[in-house]
Amino acid sequence: MDKKNWKGWLYLLPAILFLGFFLVYPLVDVFIYSFEEGYNSASQTYFGTGLYNYSYVLHDPYFLQAVENTFILVLITVPVSTGVALLISMGLSSIKPLRDLYQTIYFLPYVTNTLAVGLVFMILFKKTAYTDGLINLMLSWFGGNAIDFIDGPYPAKMFVLCFYTIWVVLPFKILILTSALASVNRDYYNAAKVDGTSGFRIFRKITLPMISPMIFYLVITGFIGAFKAYSDAVALFGTDLNAAGMNTIVGYVYDMLYGNSGGYPSYASAAAIILFAIVLTITCINLLISRKKVHYV
Amino acid sequence: MGKQVDYEKMKKSSRVQKIAGKSITYILLTLWALMVLFPFYWMILTSVKSYSAYNSEYIPSLYTLSPTLENYAEAFTAVPLAGYFWNTLIFTVITTALMLVVTVLAAFAFARLEFRGKNAAFTIFLSLMMIPNELVIITNYVTITNMDLRNTFSGLILPSVTSVFYIYLLKENFEQVPDQLYYAAKVDGTHDLKYLWKVLIPICKPTIVTITILKVIECWNSYVWPRLITDDEAYFLVSNGIQEIRESGFGRENIPAMMAAVVVISVPLVILFLLFHKKIMAGVARGGTKG
Repeated sequence: MDKKNWKGWLYLLPAILFLGFFLVYPLVDVFIYSFEEGYNSASQTYFGTGLYNYSYVLHDPYFLQAVENTFILVLITVPVSTGVALLISMGLSSIKPLRDLYQTIYFLPYVTNTLAVGLVFMILFKKTAYTDGLINLMLSWFGGNAIDFIDGPYPAKMFVLCFYTIWVVLPFKILILTSALASVNRDYYNAAKVDGTSGFRIFRKITLPMISPMIFYLVITGFIGAFKAYSDAVALFGTDLNAAGMNTIVGYVYDMLYGNSGGYPSYASAAAIILFAIVLTITCINLLISRKKVHYV
Repeated sequence: MGKQVDYEKMKKSSRVQKIAGKSITYILLTLWALMVLFPFYWMILTSVKSYSAYNSEYIPSLYTLSPTLENYAEAFTAVPLAGYFWNTLIFTVITTALMLVVTVLAAFAFARLEFRGKNAAFTIFLSLMMIPNELVIITNYVTITNMDLRNTFSGLILPSVTSVFYIYLLKENFEQVPDQLYYAAKVDGTHDLKYLWKVLIPICKPTIVTITILKVIECWNSYVWPRLITDDEAYFLVSNGIQEIRESGFGRENIPAMMAAVVVISVPLVILFLLFHKKIMAGVARGGTKG
């Protein structure tokens, strides 16, 4: 029996080593860092413990800008992407020919490199001395004036960021919702048809309740993912997000850690913990709402 | 008689309505498909326009009559694109291989072996899935820096290996294999490792292929960790390479060459996707998330 015990743990050992060293220990450590004041990563010394790091971060205008950007991004992209994904999935499940082709095309952004495709979006939206860019050309067809979406006014930059974020997150949502729609029992629809129920009523009374668990799953993971936005912004606006005024909370954490303004793991830790306090709160609120609204079969 | 006609009319109008609805659905779906595909088209189109042609187009043209491959040559000579590519390949292959070994062993222990503390260990593993990467990356950065592993493959690879979710996925799959096979192997005196290699892995190959592909995609696109841990161009992965090209490569104005680099970087994953799209989509639908 002893030999058996020993063997089981031996098989687990590599996983335990990796997880312990790169997941559990860092999790504990990040809380310690966040309370160590004036930590210096070169000499590994600090001169006190307390809440100073949190107060510094909360008073840093760059952090407040990042929080504002992140909240705007979350509040726009999560509802819009979930709604659009629902519309597209409903369209997809109402057709037969070409459905697989459309589904495959829609999923393509999921496998592409966010940084690489972001560069294409930048070029499409950017206005330079040589050219106004394709999007501005299209705007001019409708009588609009050329705007620089990448270095221009804040709403324009935010629009591009939201647009690109939605483009990136839609594939996952469409995939999940299409399979949720496919799993709804046909009998309900047939029964409704016999009763002569209208299409909108079928949607509200059958489809929506049946797929509501998946919608809430997408909303919750969508919130979590959008709060962690970073690569999309880098792809569009470059690595110096503070200068562009488009930093996100995660971007602030990384900037504190590394780069021109870097070298402050304590501030980075405090900012990361604040972020996860926010995410945790929002997730709990979501779960509370879902308990009331979601129909579990 | 009059009633009959009415009925025919209703049938006709409902069919018209149906066709109209279908057409609108198709039009909207096609529009979105174009939205998805357009950036890819634009990337390829721009990459085959010559530098002078691109820069003389004040109004960007939607096609080109004189495609050229000079930008691809430029992409490989003016910046170390081949190096970025090679680095990413090494990083992806080693990380995925290590992940597979660790995952298969752990999943086997949880699915087939009996030992004290197994259930507690599994619960702890599951709860680890909730730890967000952004929290642990700070300490990992400090650890790797202190271990002098910046700008090395070890520093890039080691923290990227673990994936609790894949252990969970594979364990579920291993458990679906009938116990009898295991006991039969035991009676025959087969060693556990041999049973794992000769029986479990072949039976569960679809799941293993799925997690391999998902991990490859993850590795190929990883940006944050490589950016933190490498500042020497010789160790850049493609994502960092793209960012570097954007900020300082080619002279910022050579957009066609930039797009050529973007195409080169995107092609491997697109090919992988076209080959395995059924598997990838099924795998992601089973619980993959992005980021």
